[in-house]
Amino acid sequence: MVDISTDYIYQVRLTTHISAVIGSLTHALFTNRVNARGYSVNHPSVQERIEKKRQAALTGGGQLRIAAQHKRGKLTARERLELLLDPDSFVEYDMFVEHRCSDFGMEADHNKYPGDSVVTGQGRINGRLVYVFSQDFTVFGGSLSGAHAQKICKIMDQAMMVGAPVIGLNDSGGARIQEGVESLAGYADIFLRNVMSSGVVPQISLIMGPCAGGAVYSPALTDFTFMVKDTSYLFITGPDVVKSVTNEDVSQEELGGAKTHTTVSGVAHRAFENDVDALLNLRDFFNFLPLSNKDPAPVTECHDPRDRLVPGLDTVVPFESTKAYDMLDIVHGVLDEREFFEIMPNYAKNIVVGFARMNGRTVGIVGNQPKVASGCLDINSSVKGARFVRFCDAFNIPIITFVDVPGFLPGTAQEYGGIIRHGAKLLYAFAEATVPKITVITRKAYGGAYDVMSSKHLRGDVNYAWPSAEVAVMGAKGAVQIIFRGKENQAEAEAEYVEKFANPFPAAVRGFVDDIIQPSTTRKRICRDLEVLASKKQTNPWKKHANIPL
Amino acid sequence: MFLQWQRSSSVTVGLLVLVWTPLFHSHVCLSKQRCGVIICRYSTVYDPTEKVSLFIRVIKTCKKMGIKTVAVHSDVDSSAVHVKMADEAVCVGPAPTNKSYLNMDAIMNAIKQTGAQAVHPGYGFLSENKEFAKRLAAEGVSFIGPDTHAIQAMGDKIESKLIAKAAKVNTIPGYDGVVKDAEEAVKIAGEIGYPVMIKASAGGGGKGMRIAWNDEETREGFRFSSQEAASSFGDDRLLIEKFIDNPRHIEIQVLADKHGNALWLNERECSIQRRNQKVVEEAPSTFLDPDTRRAMGEQAVSLAKAVKYSSAGTVEFLVDSKKNFYFLEMNTRLQVEHPITECITGLDLVQQMIRIAMGYKLQHKQSDIPINGWAIESRVYAEDPYKSFGLPSIGRLSQYQEPLDLHNVRVDSGIEEGSDISIYYDPMISKLVTYGKTREEALKKMEEALDNYVIRGVTHNIPLLREIIVHPRFVSGDISTKFLPEVYPDGFKGHMLTAGERRELLATAAALYVAAQLRSQKFLGDLRVSVVPAESRQWELCVELDKGLHMLGVSRSGNNYTVEIDGEKVEVSGEWNLASALLPLTINGKHRTLQCLLRTAAGEITLQYLGTSFKLRVLSKLAASLSKHMPEKVPEDTSSILRSPMPGSVVAVSVKPGDNVAEGQEICVIEAMKMQNSMTAAKAAKVKSVHCKAGDTVGEGDLLVELE
Repeated sequence: MVDISTDYIYQVRLTTHISAVIGSLTHALFTNRVNARGYSVNHPSVQERIEKKRQAALTGGGQLRIAAQHKRGKLTARERLELLLDPDSFVEYDMFVEHRCSDFGMEADHNKYPGDSVVTGQGRINGRLVYVFSQDFTVFGGSLSGAHAQKICKIMDQAMMVGAPVIGLNDSGGARIQEGVESLAGYADIFLRNVMSSGVVPQISLIMGPCAGGAVYSPALTDFTFMVKDTSYLFITGPDVVKSVTNEDVSQEELGGAKTHTTVSGVAHRAFENDVDALLNLRDFFNFLPLSNKDPAPVTECHDPRDRLVPGLDTVVPFESTKAYDMLDIVHGVLDEREFFEIMPNYAKNIVVGFARMNGRTVGIVGNQPKVASGCLDINSSVKGARFVRFCDAFNIPIITFVDVPGFLPGTAQEYGGIIRHGAKLLYAFAEATVPKITVITRKAYGGAYDVMSSKHLRGDVNYAWPSAEVAVMGAKGAVQIIFRGKENQAEAEAEYVEKFANPFPAAVRGFVDDIIQPSTTRKRICRDLEVLASKKQTNPWKKHANIPL
Repeated sequence: MFLQWQRSSSVTVGLLVLVWTPLFHSHVCLSKQRCGVIICRYSTVYDPTEKVSLFIRVIKTCKKMGIKTVAVHSDVDSSAVHVKMADEAVCVGPAPTNKSYLNMDAIMNAIKQTGAQAVHPGYGFLSENKEFAKRLAAEGVSFIGPDTHAIQAMGDKIESKLIAKAAKVNTIPGYDGVVKDAEEAVKIAGEIGYPVMIKASAGGGGKGMRIAWNDEETREGFRFSSQEAASSFGDDRLLIEKFIDNPRHIEIQVLADKHGNALWLNERECSIQRRNQKVVEEAPSTFLDPDTRRAMGEQAVSLAKAVKYSSAGTVEFLVDSKKNFYFLEMNTRLQVEHPITECITGLDLVQQMIRIAMGYKLQHKQSDIPINGWAIESRVYAEDPYKSFGLPSIGRLSQYQEPLDLHNVRVDSGIEEGSDISIYYDPMISKLVTYGKTREEALKKMEEALDNYVIRGVTHNIPLLREIIVHPRFVSGDISTKFLPEVYPDGFKGHMLTAGERRELLATAAALYVAAQLRSQKFLGDLRVSVVPAESRQWELCVELDKGLHMLGVSRSGNNYTVEIDGEKVEVSGEWNLASALLPLTINGKHRTLQCLLRTAAGEITLQYLGTSFKLRVLSKLAASLSKHMPEKVPEDTSSILRSPMPGSVVAVSVKPGDNVAEGQEICVIEAMKMQNSMTAAKAAKVKSVHCKAGDTVGEGDLLVELE
């Protein structure tokens, strides 16, 4: 539990200032309160008290702290919800909930904020139901009290029952230290619900401020973590603790900023410019997702003709098999209106994953990227791909895989890092998936990586090869060196190998690909297949849960 | 950052080689004969009655004439349009032109291998190469174009001037000889009187042309031109002559057969140029009167006859404001801008060239050559017009749609959707030609054609073309070769919106936004949890354009949007949807075609309107009011970093880390599309780090060098 205890260190630092302010105000307010208790003729009616509390809840930590929040370039918890949800659709829960801490002067009225440090409820995004919570940094730095956690748990429980996604807007200094173990219990309650909801309703975290210590594990358990550039941080321990433990000098931004997590650690899936940009993008992203695992992938109105030919695809793959091209050219060409919501665009760039629509229906795209590291599979790309494939499978989103893979990346770094067990994750994910799976081999499909990439053998429903496809154990040069070891005429042997294997026929004659298709017809074919496969039913054997090689 | 032009790019790429069947001579069955055409990326024939693209037309012509075709190509062009259309194709080498299109051995082999009987060289590359013509003659292969003697005579700037003088063609005062060194150049320039023009003798068009106004510039011009002459033509002779200030560039198309007959096919006005390369051409010229036209035509014909010219050729003249004209040079190939001549004369120049090469006499007499209507040609380039009127850009044409459904519009291109515009060749995308009974009609059609031209994936110069053709000076015919620098002294900045145009643009963006919002609430199929769309018939939006914020009220009924901006109402309607590349709209009753280049979830909308692309941001009133709290992102300080202004390859790096550089000192040289670009320091500083080395390939915006 090192992470939790160090979180306290971070939290102490953060709340010191707040406590000092609170202390100075306590005395004056306390005397006023005695007078008010005298049940005079001026005693406010219940109606007035409701109204007063409601007003207090709406202003959160007060105008000063709201101004400070704005000054940091951040919106308040309520402004964020207003922007995220459809106008007038937000239904708030637990506006009158207050924290229950009675230590350190916390029981004082002025230390109680109706609703505490989080706003929760449900609302609509483009008309569709969603449960939300938005942590309020202006109240005790958004710190998590027992009441705060309880509010979040309430909406998560209801989201599960109703079958609707949960979006969390995180902006919290960490645990409410004054509450001690109650706060810890609150985190665990949320974690448990994150785990129980996993695979039942989509869960999305948008990190819009600090999120440190134990708090990071809730976003980590959710399906997608997005961040706001320059104003959000995710780390187990802050820079000060890092300095004292490992003597490393590192800034908050370097340690856990959006850039770090979207390019180096792979913790976050996308980063956005600012709060407004992030929330508008989140609305857009939400439209790709089904409400729950009981709902099919959403279908929206589509203006892009489903049978549109894409002439550019006929020339996209270069003739030299060693020459790179951009897999995104293929992906964009095939999709509705070239619209692709890429997940982790700057991490493990040798694999491309993301959401899109085909004939209006949400699909998940997985593609090897020949432009980066020849599109090989390595540890990071396998893990990135596997998690995405499992999400799609959990939520009924068909998977379309574009294959151009020369194999797994060799080397000690990869072997010592456990490419075997990490590569197995992607293999596992594709094999386990029962959603419609359509595979297009655009060029190389070599070795074990061929098997992995949603091959026929892993229950691919429709597997296509382009005329440029080469399905083989390895590239010609390597193969010839083994088959004709020590023999003369290597060049001739190589040519023979190329003639035999560097084409789609070896796979096609065995039925490992269903058809060899003209690249320009790819969109048309996939749209047609998706329609047919929409009623696909396939189940895996009963199990308590599977044992993916984590 | 400063740019210095060390080279201007070559005119174009192209080599069209064709071989005919004996159909002309005897009526032998074609299929038994080996015939071929070797063609390259750009070449064209114009047929005003048929809207077919260039290569279909070339090959159709050949088919009509009973000629089979063979295309030669480099390996990067193996899937190019012409290669697919030709009857046969031969790869002649890798992408660099000196290994493929300039590789004579490979091309000769291709000719032998296919049994080709004639070669059409297209433009550029080997089209003016006398060595190539000689080798063809030795093999008994016809060269569609003039014979070696004429190419040699006209290909040499000095010799051509001597011949022109002898043929009583007006020539520019200048020095006709080889210039030995910079000091001699200065001396000659002094005798002629400044300004003078210096260029490589062997170069064509604007290639290597430099203008010097003083001794210093003469020395510099000599250095660059001689270097370039040596590297491009293997011939370092130069020519220095009087520079005609404020001139027009007008050229006469001639046609001559092997029997001593010659015709002039009127003029082409090619004054709109940037860095001495043509951008917009028209035929006829607004400037010439019938007498001047006849005088120029007759001189052009007498020059053609003097060199025993056969085939199509172009005699270029400079014309001053008093309609004095001076011979500039003669191009012995079919020029890029020839379609406009075909438009107004009705002649098919390629067909004429093939006939001439086969030894036929001219079909027409001078009195048969008409001027029917008006034709305009815009050269559509893959380049960024906001940088020096056009710096090369590269990319993959992710979407490409020519405005071929318009009447009287022709597009000659060698590319298609999915084509790569690479750094190896000239960045021309196409020649867009419009025709009309009057100039006004042709210009209107050009506006429409440019608006309907969809090019995505590369930066292109349509914004500039669209501005030129509506500029009052151009419309009135008041142009010279200095048009662009005079009209845009601070560089091209795109279209300047009037208040009314601004409203149209804002209204369109708002309509698109509302359409997208409404669609995003439409879910099909059986839904377990019902969708409750936000009921709204009225939207309040805030649209940002050029840092100006506008509050808009939008209401919609069907496909009609009423947008209220600052008390003014704008009605937007039309048949379009969110997937269409073109937005054919009716805005307040006026027909406008816009294009939506980008639409993001965060409200960014980029629209191409009147040629220029405008970035807008559409937000709900709420999002706009909350946006004011968003932090300003600090832009990077650009004075201490040097980024590549265009994609290309690094030719030389002149500094290393730790060096002190002066402001304006050359740091490195980038080459793309045959154009060298000297990158200089924006301030005096110490070099912090160097991120490139000679031979590297760099993309646009790549970091080259950091200064401290």
